[in-house]
Amino acid sequence: MIEVNDLSKRYGDKLAVDALSFSVRPGVVTGFLGPNGAGKSTTMRMIMGLDRPSSGTARINGRPYEQHKAPLQEIGALLEAKSIHPGRSAYQHLLALAASNGIGKRRVLEVIDMVGLTEVARKRAGGFSLGMGQRLGIASALLGDPQVVMLDEPVNGLDPEGVLWIRNLLKGLADQGRTVFVSSHLMTEMALIAEDLIVIGRGRLLSAGLLADFIAGSASRSVRVRSPQAADLRALLLGDGVTVSVSEPGVLDVTGLEAAEIGERAAAAGLVLHELFRQEASLEEAFMELTHDSVEYHATTAEPVTTGRTNR
Amino acid sequence: MSTTDLAPQDTNRTERPSVDRQRVTFPRVVHMEWIKLRSLRSTTLTLAITVALLIGFGLLFSSLVGSGEGPDQEDFSDPTSITLGGVMLAALATAVLGVLMSAGEYATGTIRATLAAVPSRLPVLWGKVVVFAVVSFVLMFVAALGAFLAGQSVLSSRDMDTAALSDPGVFRAVVGAAVYLTGAGLIGLAVGVLLRNTAGAITLVVGALFVVPGLIQLLPSSWNDAIGPNLPSNAANSVMSVQTAGDSLSPGTGLAVFAVYIVVLLAGAAVLLKRRDA
Repeated sequence: MIEVNDLSKRYGDKLAVDALSFSVRPGVVTGFLGPNGAGKSTTMRMIMGLDRPSSGTARINGRPYEQHKAPLQEIGALLEAKSIHPGRSAYQHLLALAASNGIGKRRVLEVIDMVGLTEVARKRAGGFSLGMGQRLGIASALLGDPQVVMLDEPVNGLDPEGVLWIRNLLKGLADQGRTVFVSSHLMTEMALIAEDLIVIGRGRLLSAGLLADFIAGSASRSVRVRSPQAADLRALLLGDGVTVSVSEPGVLDVTGLEAAEIGERAAAAGLVLHELFRQEASLEEAFMELTHDSVEYHATTAEPVTTGRTNR
Repeated sequence: MSTTDLAPQDTNRTERPSVDRQRVTFPRVVHMEWIKLRSLRSTTLTLAITVALLIGFGLLFSSLVGSGEGPDQEDFSDPTSITLGGVMLAALATAVLGVLMSAGEYATGTIRATLAAVPSRLPVLWGKVVVFAVVSFVLMFVAALGAFLAGQSVLSSRDMDTAALSDPGVFRAVVGAAVYLTGAGLIGLAVGVLLRNTAGAITLVVGALFVVPGLIQLLPSSWNDAIGPNLPSNAANSVMSVQTAGDSLSPGTGLAVFAVYIVVLLAGAAVLLKRRDA
């Protein structure tokens, strides 16, 4: 269980995290989303006690992290890959960390095996690839068999096999009743593994709750209609709060009307429909819509434009 | 959450005796720092070089002194200081090692993993101090003793004045050499935490220990007399001198002044380590 209460972090005159409050419950994977610079990593560092909050508190299993007597048993975190001296082997690195918490050599070998680094564990970590560094970071997060696992961009630099492995690992950890908190900029990945979702932008909380509700609540949900009389149908449907965009000849994307209503109006006007179905917004669309105004670094060429919203 | 939800996790835990009884204790933090120290080739190599410098220069000075070229025996205050002539250079190596132990962790990012494992932070600093002080003191004492004994036998074979460990102040001077070398490293360790930057910390420590004592001699003698003996390296030097020279501190006062530098720097390091973002 992670509880963040009114947490703020100020760097000079910039408020990186702004009165953030949320909690992450055990038993499910919780995704942590936000545009670049939204304050995700800063928030995670404050939860781990690495950065000192300007105000507010972060608690892990009921206490600030630094008050725990067996810290690695409470939470394991991957914050930055390659937090290791390049001249030291992965085995010695993990052995040292384990020693501080009274964790034995057996568990060190166990986690090395779990992340698939057995063959390179005795070599200098300086030669590790990004993916291997990531696996090492996950190994150190799992050292204490912790109740809470917190990973910042865990799939970065992993090959497809590694991504699949992470997905199963996180789901497995959640199924064992642990709290799993993961940030990622890969929406498709998040949609696959997360049940809960916390979205922040410019350091502020934008949304917290079930991922399914988040997507369902998105206004970009639309109805797709295919008709040989698309132009007539478009004129018929347009009105207050209704937008109709033409994505290809003969195909309309309608927002603001339910599918049933469109079908009934078309029937009343004697228009032929070939297709009529409701389109769920993707997590990506819902995310873009929510964070549109809170993107820290806009590309200079264009606003972030999402698919299926050509006509607004 | 219902009890059935908890059940699989509980069984999971009892099946894992390898992670039972985890707790952070100070001896365990010391153990962590010991593993870190011995698992880097650079640290073991630096320690070996320090020992070699100490003994090598002791032998070199005792072989060359009074040979007609270079310094004469009168240029040294006594036979002990000839054989401990390598301490200055060796102190450079231990000071750098101290910096690497602390600032090196910031440079590589290891500090974040360390502080995640020991979030109360301060035990990490004290753990480093204990590991460094014990390892350095034991090694440097043995090396200084070796340099002294080997150097004295060279002097004796050349029919020159020699000193014995039982002579007044000699054993204290050999111990003082180990104190100087270990203290220089602790200063490096503290400055490394304060600056969190390897190059900056090395520059500062080398400057303060080895360059400033030379520069201070260029100041008016009233200033020099007041400041000079109290500089860290000069204060430490007086601990490893058999005879107290003119304006330098007595061994006891020198040790106290040297200790004050170390304690103040470590206290500053502790405050900042606790307060700052990692």
